[in-house]
Formats: sequence, structure tokens, C-alpha cells
Amino acid sequence: MAKYLLLKHYRGAPAAVNDVPMDQWTPEQISAHVQYMNDFAARLEKTGEFVDGQALAPEGTWVRYDGEGRPPVTDGPFAETKDLIAGWMVIDVDSYERAVELAGELSAAPGAGGKPIHEWLELRPFLGVRPTITE
Amino acid sequence: MPPEVNEALLRSLTPSVLAVLVRRGADFAAAEDAVQDALVEAVRVWPADPPRDAKGWLVTVAWRKFLDASRADTARRRREDLVDEEPAPGPAPAVDDTLQLYFLCAHPSLTPSSAVALTLRAVGGLTTRQIAQAYLVPEATMAQRISRAKRTVSGVRFDRPGDVATVLRVLYLVFNEGYSGDVDLAAEAIRLTRQLAVAIDHPEVAGLLALMLLHHARRAARTAPDGSLVPLAEQDRGRWDTESIAEGVEILQAALARDRLGEFQAQAAIAALHADAPTAQETDWVQIVEWYDELERLTDSPVVRLNRAVAVGEADGPRAGMAALAALDQALPRHTAVAAYLHERDGDLTTAAQLYTEAAQKAPNLAERDHLTRQAARLNARGSR
Repeated sequence: MAKYLLLKHYRGAPAAVNDVPMDQWTPEQISAHVQYMNDFAARLEKTGEFVDGQALAPEGTWVRYDGEGRPPVTDGPFAETKDLIAGWMVIDVDSYERAVELAGELSAAPGAGGKPIHEWLELRPFLGVRPTITE
Repeated sequence: MPPEVNEALLRSLTPSVLAVLVRRGADFAAAEDAVQDALVEAVRVWPADPPRDAKGWLVTVAWRKFLDASRADTARRRREDLVDEEPAPGPAPAVDDTLQLYFLCAHPSLTPSSAVALTLRAVGGLTTRQIAQAYLVPEATMAQRISRAKRTVSGVRFDRPGDVATVLRVLYLVFNEGYSGDVDLAAEAIRLTRQLAVAIDHPEVAGLLALMLLHHARRAARTAPDGSLVPLAEQDRGRWDTESIAEGVEILQAALARDRLGEFQAQAAIAALHADAPTAQETDWVQIVEWYDELERLTDSPVVRLNRAVAVGEADGPRAGMAALAALDQALPRHTAVAAYLHERDGDLTTAAQLYTEAAQKAPNLAERDHLTRQAARLNARGSR
């Protein structure tokens, strides 16, 4: 078993095939999209492969330590940030091939015109637990 | 305070109680649920009212739970079918019931993760929550994985022997997961393999048990107090569990004497040679290489060839190790880490440092990544001095 993170980007991913901003879709198309995402997560729960899924607000703050006794410095959000994460799903699957298959399904979520978005999703393996027998 | 329920006893009875229900005609999935319910009730009731016959108590309660569930479920029809189908007491089963459960839970129609989960629950008696915690997934996900696995094997006949090799692979997977959370999966894998060794006399079952004991014996020495990895050569051998080693070696010797070598016996033999050496320098690498040759013949595995290259490096010098490594696919996991180690042994510290850095980037887990990064840092610091 191996865990993978499926990352969805607001910005920073290559352009999708059906690349129309969501506010240009019809309300029905938005509903269909949301339904597809929910169904996908529910299906993964049933197959015993779902771990977690979360969406993130697009705007965030940068924070850093500023020395002993001082409050942390905050900055941003920066409009020019190239890479912006929209959300993620964590899956626990038997193989890399299965992870790719699932990412492909998620990328087929319907968008404008009710057609699949063909959105690029980033697939990242978790650093696993150290196996007992390595030598 | 009421006495604690002997959880080890309770869990060791799980497979035989489950087998009784299945023999009585309960379908596997429903029987398994009923046994889990009975275990929960035992934990609640036993402290105040311990049974004289623990197994008899569990069978009675589990059977009652099963009947209750059947009534609630499909009411009369199910019970009537059951009465109709109740088999006449036939000849004694040819295969041990507990053994049958192992076969069923490791059935080839299951994916590895499903087989692992089902084995831990139906044979190991762990709760879904414990299994979910051990594998770091939500309980709902693990519950679905287990119920799907039960559906998958629901049509499998219970009275035919399966393949021991598939069972051993599942137990090996459980052992190798190490441990996280409440449940010590390595200890659980040892317990289940021990139980299997009682149910079936097979040299590879003994081989796997020996392998687990020999590796488990080194566990305390394998991790530093800060959680970092301690390589075999640097481990404090005084912290190895000599009792566990002695048992592993004894089991292995008895298995090897039967002259039916298999991959687990060969792996255990390598582990035993490491355990035998009073210091890392006294390790019998020549014999270890010979065992890797056997293992390669048995498994034809590229991972075995990679480990063999390390052993060759120790037995015949780093150049010989590098020559063995050169024949292997560079994409193999840990190939770069082995190359780094052999270059360091050969005195080429600059290349070794670069390779350690590269290996750290490819490491499959955090402990190995940190370890490899530290190796690179150690060599880089030496160069700048």
C-alpha cells in the first residue's frame, strides 16, 4: 500500500484542455461538477482507498519568525505567486498504476459545456514508513 | 479494580471460534461480524464474570449474535435456509480450520492491502479501528476495505487447501510495515506466523518465522533515541535480543535440515549470519554472498541482486561490488545509495558525497532520506576541512 497526494492547482499547472473559468459555466454545469467530485470521493471510500480531501481558499498569508520576543512577520498574499494550490485528495492504493488511474478519473470531472475539463493534476507519493527488512 | 481481560488469549481464540461458526453454516462475512461482536462483549463482561471455558463462551455468544443479526436482516427466510442446508455431520475436515482461515484471508482474488486487512481482523482479532490506526487511514475507509474483502471471498469454498506461499506473503507484508500507533504490527505478524506454524508443518513457514524473529531481535538497536536510523554495522550488538536470536536460529536450523529450501529460509540464513557476528568486522560475508546466490536463484529478484552487490563489496572489496552493481538497472530503488556506499568504501569521497545527496532525493521514506543526507553532510564537512 502506498499513499499519494492528488494536488489540484488554481495556478501553476499546465493549461487544461477544456480551460474555461468556472464563472463562465452554467449553474447546472457547476452543480454537475460538484456532484462528480462528491461521487468520486464517495466511491473511493467504498473501495477503501480514501484518506482525506480538502479544498483551500485561494488567498493565504506568508509568515516567518522574526527573532526572540518579536511577533512573527506576515506578508502577502502575493498576486504574482506562480504556484497556487486549490486543494488535495489523499489516497491509499495498491500501486502507482492505480494512483494514476484515479487521478485520470478525477481529471475527467465535467466543466464548461458539460465536457471533461482534462485538468492537469499533480500526483505526489508520500514518503512511506521505513520497512523493517531492508538489508 | 476488576482484572484486565487477557487480550492475547481472546485474540488467539478468534480464528477457531470463527471457524466453528462457518462450519455450522454461517456465511463467512456474517460470522466474522458476529465474532467481532462477541469479542467486544467479552471485553465488557469477563472482568466481572470470567468464563470457565473461554472458547465455549465465545462460540455461544458469537452464534447468538449471528442468529440475532440474521433475524434482523432477512428474517425467516435466512433461518429456514440455514435449517434446510444444515449439513449432516460428515467426515472430519482434512484441513485444520484455523489454517483454512489463513488461506481464505490471503485468497489470490484479494489485493494485497485487502488480504492484509482481512487477515488482521478475521485471524488476528484486531478491531477495524486498530487496523485503520496502524495503516494511517480513516476507520470508515478501513471498514469498507474489509467488507469488500469479505464480499470478494464470500463464494470461496472453505474446505479446500490454499497456497501457503500467498499466506506467507501477506504475513511478510504485515511484518515489514513496522509499527505506528497503538498496534505493533511486527509483533502481531510474529504471533500470526507462530500460530500458522502450529497449524501447518512447512519449512517456509518456519523460515519466515525465523526471519521475523531474527529481524525483530535487532529492533531496539536499529533506531537511535532521536529516531534516526542506525545502520547494521554501527548497531550496539549488546542491545540485540539474544533470546529471540537463539529461537530464530533454532527454528531455521530445523527447517534447513529438511532440505526444502525456499526464499524465506534463505533470507533468514542471511539474517542469522549477521546475528552470529560478535562485531560487524567478523561478519562472514563470503557465506552471505553464497546465500544471496541461492536467493537469486529462488526469486530472480533485482532487489536481491542489489543486496548481493553490497555483500560482494564487503566480501571481495568495493571494486567487485561496483562491478556487480554495474550489471543492474539504475532505476532500482536504493541503487544510488548502494553506489554511494561502495564509492565511499573505495575512497572516492567526492563522488560518494554527490551520490548520497542524489540517493537522499530518491529515498522512499523519511528515515532513509535523513540518514543519506547526513552521510552526504559528513563527507562534505570532511572535504572542506
